[in-house]
Amino acid sequence: MQTFHFELGELPPAAEALRAEVREFLRRELGDTPPVLRAHSWGGFDRAFSKKMGARGWIAMTWPKRYGGHERSALERYVVLEEMLAAGAPVSAHWIADRQSGPLLLRFGTEAQRQKFLPAIARGELSFAIGMSEPDSGSDLASLRTRAERVPGGYRVNGTKVWTSNAHLADYMIATFRTHHDPTKKHEGLTQFLVDTKLPGITMSPIIDLAGSHHFNMVVFEDAFVPEDMRVGEEGAGWRQVTTELAFERSGPERYLSSFALVLELIRAVSKDPGERAAATVGRLVAHLTTLRQMSLSVALMLEAGENPNLEAAVVKDVGTTFEQEVPEVVHALLGLEPTIDSGSDLQQVLGFLMQRAPSFSLRGGTREILRGIIARGLGLR
Amino acid sequence: MNELRTILGDVVTRLFTDLVTKDLLESAERGEWPAALWQAVEENGLTLPLVAESKGGAGGTWDDAFVVIRAAGRHAVPLPLAETIVGSWLLSGAGLDVPSGPLTIAPARRDDSLRLVRAGSSWELRGSAARVPWGGAAEHVVVVAEAEGRPMVALAARGAVVTRDQNLAREPRDTLVFEGSPVAAAPAARGVPANAVWLYGALARSAQMAGGLDYLLRQASQYATERRQFGKPIGSFQVIQQNLAVLAGHTAAAGTAAANAFRAADRGDAAFEIAAAKVRVGEAVGVGASIAHQTHGAIGFTYEHALQFVTRRLWSWRAEFGGEGDWAVELGRAVAERGADALWPHLTAR
Repeated sequence: MQTFHFELGELPPAAEALRAEVREFLRRELGDTPPVLRAHSWGGFDRAFSKKMGARGWIAMTWPKRYGGHERSALERYVVLEEMLAAGAPVSAHWIADRQSGPLLLRFGTEAQRQKFLPAIARGELSFAIGMSEPDSGSDLASLRTRAERVPGGYRVNGTKVWTSNAHLADYMIATFRTHHDPTKKHEGLTQFLVDTKLPGITMSPIIDLAGSHHFNMVVFEDAFVPEDMRVGEEGAGWRQVTTELAFERSGPERYLSSFALVLELIRAVSKDPGERAAATVGRLVAHLTTLRQMSLSVALMLEAGENPNLEAAVVKDVGTTFEQEVPEVVHALLGLEPTIDSGSDLQQVLGFLMQRAPSFSLRGGTREILRGIIARGLGLR
Repeated sequence: MNELRTILGDVVTRLFTDLVTKDLLESAERGEWPAALWQAVEENGLTLPLVAESKGGAGGTWDDAFVVIRAAGRHAVPLPLAETIVGSWLLSGAGLDVPSGPLTIAPARRDDSLRLVRAGSSWELRGSAARVPWGGAAEHVVVVAEAEGRPMVALAARGAVVTRDQNLAREPRDTLVFEGSPVAAAPAARGVPANAVWLYGALARSAQMAGGLDYLLRQASQYATERRQFGKPIGSFQVIQQNLAVLAGHTAAAGTAAANAFRAADRGDAAFEIAAAKVRVGEAVGVGASIAHQTHGAIGFTYEHALQFVTRRLWSWRAEFGGEGDWAVELGRAVAERGADALWPHLTAR
């Protein structure tokens, strides 16, 4: 049995100094943004805001300067992320590129790709989406079927991606296609590509979520031509690259702060004179929050130290998303307020938004069941 | 982890693995004091991690004490070790001599109060305290009480009257009555509040419970790989895997919450982190014990199987020095008083 370790760590003074600067910026930029908009957390898409972040040097913080990065520590980046999330800043236009696509290109991209994309991402000017899931490939990601066939100068792509968040707004997507088919070795033959979302042969249509919002898309490729120089990494190396990406995706503060806006509205609503029941509810939520922050921070420190905390990251995401989903539940149990869309109090609106958003917390970035399978493997059960 | 802590961890694990056997646990439950175990623990310098080296202690930190107390919980050590560690810290902080032998701390319940009264040039202790851990077995009792407007630490020889009782794990939880017993007393160290026994008792129980959960996770995972049904280890069934993953999550959260509280204790004011730890770890215990038993099936429900030595302790420790409800109310009131806008700055400043 592998042992988990969540050693506590301290943020360095430089990171804490940065925190004050970030808070001041957010106070100015967000002003009196209503709570229900802040509750969108990392779902809010605002290119102007992302450019301001880029100008501040708060995107691509850890990347080399020659690619437009700022060579700051992963812990300084962690502070910026958690401050953005706690304030409910609209970070979606650069979030994926900063978290996943950029680091992927840094690790596996060609020099030309890095030169072309990374500085623009760092400025907050390029937005990315991720093309992984397909109609028949969800948790069983390695079964994906969208084909990229070699043709002179590049690849011809046919197939369909679904649940592609913000593909309709993004400039590019990092898509994983099948370049080689062997039914007995489904983890082989996958390759990642940089795909311009405006390419001929790509048709996008919205997939409207249960609350009526459009962030998901279905992206259909019909003989779309992707040039050779847009392949990321070697042919067939896609699976390994994808799993590296996911490890970094799973432990961040976005995995426990999605319902933070509701905790704040709850405290606002009861803070005048909390009875015993309300105080116990708030106290319990805060006990969970402070523990999760230490766990998430602990993984960030391990990543900074060059360790490989895959197992711990899966634990943080499982425990964190369980907490995020519980917040609307306990607010309902305590107050019994009707959740609303755009009427009633701020608390009711935030409750209404998160009640409807919460099911996605344990689906995105690896379902709860898949994560628990990873944890069980760490326990020596499989 | 620093060197001292690594050494401490090795020492306690080896010692407890060798000495805390099933036979020893059973005899402790029959009321026998495990004298040889106590002697070994004392000789190995595990009882006074927070007392200065010049006073015979290890001169360590709460982070070091965490290693010892967590291991004591993991092995269900039937001794007032956590109580001795907290008690000796209170005594040495107040400049009082630390006697050898097992200590306990009182009062253990929030509503019990012991009165410290000046009698000429010395002090007397009056009142009764119920459910004092190992009250009848400990040779001295460390009391914190407010006297003359400030928190005082007192060292009393065992109370004159002892009414014996026990918790679910048959650990002594006795009522002590003091009728003017003469005691040594001195003002508590700066920053130690009048409710220090309640607060640091909760801290100690958080670490013991985190240790108990470590045991449950390891034991249940191992059992699931050994026990076979339907022709294969039960751990190969996804439903068992999912349950144990939940146990792993609670165990990780409990360990983190407890460690965080011990770190805060080294910094000074740890009331927020201790409250959070008692709430979070207590909740983990409820879920964790349930999953561990479910995984073990009927055999884990027997006295024969060692699982119960830990789960019965967890069910009692969870309520001792305040349950999740008590501490959640306290925490919630403090958070509400500071207001919503202060929450995030407060969390990130800890």
